[in-house]
Formats: sequence, structure tokens, C-alpha cells
Amino acid sequence: MAIQLETLKSIDHFSGLDRAELEAIKGLMFEVKAGRGEFILHEGEPADALYFVVSGVVKVFKTSSEGKEQILLIVRPGESFNDVPVFGGGVNPCSAQSMGEVVLYGIRTGDMEAVLKTHPRLAMNVMRVLSQKLRHMVSLVEDLSFKHVTARVAKILLEYAGDGTGPKPKLTQQEMAAMAGTAREMIGRSLKDLEEEGMIKMERHRIVITDKEALQRLAGIVL
Amino acid sequence: MIEMPVIYQDKCNGCGLCVNVCSSNTLVLYRNVITFIEAGVCGWCAMCEAVCPTGAINCPYEIVFEESSF
Repeated sequence: MAIQLETLKSIDHFSGLDRAELEAIKGLMFEVKAGRGEFILHEGEPADALYFVVSGVVKVFKTSSEGKEQILLIVRPGESFNDVPVFGGGVNPCSAQSMGEVVLYGIRTGDMEAVLKTHPRLAMNVMRVLSQKLRHMVSLVEDLSFKHVTARVAKILLEYAGDGTGPKPKLTQQEMAAMAGTAREMIGRSLKDLEEEGMIKMERHRIVITDKEALQRLAGIVL
Repeated sequence: MIEMPVIYQDKCNGCGLCVNVCSSNTLVLYRNVITFIEAGVCGWCAMCEAVCPTGAINCPYEIVFEESSF
């Protein structure tokens, strides 16, 4: 399917551009389709293009040397990924994987550079988008001391655990994130860590606390 | 009764991202209404909740101590 001008208008980088500007950019772009779970980028590989999600969702993540995955961003339609190496040079700092069927528009690094030089409004949009992403990353960096976040999550689990004496509210990961003052991505990471440590067991719609004392020690609860 | 994620239709904007990421193919968007087509298949991966831009789908967890889970 050809690149659609109407779709380009919905992409953050291209908002406010006129038809002539969009036509110029459209000619440089290409379409990519990916199935569920397909890798679009691998961390550490040379970066050759900037990608925009047209439909579907892409997760951007880093993998530690022990194989632990940390999601940095969930990219929805209209949003971009791989901005950093395209504008700043270097290799892909993260991997990108489709979470379902996705359609992407891409533009090669050299073409993007050429377009930025001749379209100042695009350059302003790019700066705005990068600023927003930087703000998100700063917030994530604040949370990336796993011990503190995981300790807060441990405390929340202990506070909300039912002991059979009456109904207790159920919590979503989003609610846990809000209570812990962190991003939702950190809750998933913390719950996995707690499960690996043997303190909890994740079941279909339940979190079972299997080592209450260890969880209390982590939460800093002194008895 | 099988527990299922909670859908708030009044918050749903019909974007279909939840259907797109559902790994168990349990969700479907029909006439702009999100619904579950097979109750027992949902694996509670909570990816639908993660990607929803409006908070229209929730995957709540009951938190219990192991001795009280029987």
C-alpha cells in the first residue's frame, strides 16, 4: 500500500506541515509491515531509519547481560521510534518489537537529514517530540533504581493482601504504578523480580504472596 | 465464574490496539464495541491494559497470602 498523506498528517513529527511539504516527505518514505513478535530493530545494530507507527503497537526495550528486559517506551499510532541514532548518530540504543500486527512508515537517516535542512517547521516539530521523549526518559531514570521501586511495590502488596477476613480491593498494574509513584513499565519489572526471588507467585488474576517475611524485609517493615 | 479483564465501554475510543496486541486472540472489536469472545482463554498478560490510551480496559489482581489462597 502506498504511503498515505492523511496518515502522515496524524504523525507528531509532521503536524502543521502543508501539503507541499508532506508530498516532499512522502516521496522519501517507505512502508514496513511486521507480524506479532517480530523484531524491527536490534539493540547495538547500525541505525538506518526512523520509524513511525501507522497501526498496531511497538515496544522499545533494552536487554541486560542477564537477559532481563526493561521496556522503555510503548509506541502507538502517530508516534516514532529510533529517533536518537537517526538524529544523533551511532547504533540503535534499544530493540524494537511488534506487539501485534503493525504497519510502519520509515525514512532513511540521510533522507531525514536532507528534509530537515530544507523544512524548518519539521525541525521544530522534531525538537518538540524529542523534548517530550527526554522528559519521559528522565522520569524513568528516576525510577530505575530497582530496589526502591520494588520495595514500594512490596509494601503495596502487603497493604492490599487479603487475609480472608473480608473483601479487599483488587489492583491493576496502572493503579500500583500510581501508588508507587512510578511508570507502569516498572511495575511489571518489579513483579517479575519479586517472583524470581520467590516472594510472590503470579497467577492468572491473582498475586500470591509466598514469602511474607521476605517481602516485609524488602518493604522495610520492621516487626 | 471465570475472571475476565474489565472493560469500560464509555472510555473506549474504538482504536482496537488491545485487539491488536492480545496474545490469546480473546478480544474483538465489533461495531465499535470491545468484547471478549472466549472467556477461559485470556492469559492475563495485561498487555491490553498497557497499550490502551484511555484506560478503558483493566486487568485487576487479587492479592492474597499463600495460606489463605485455598
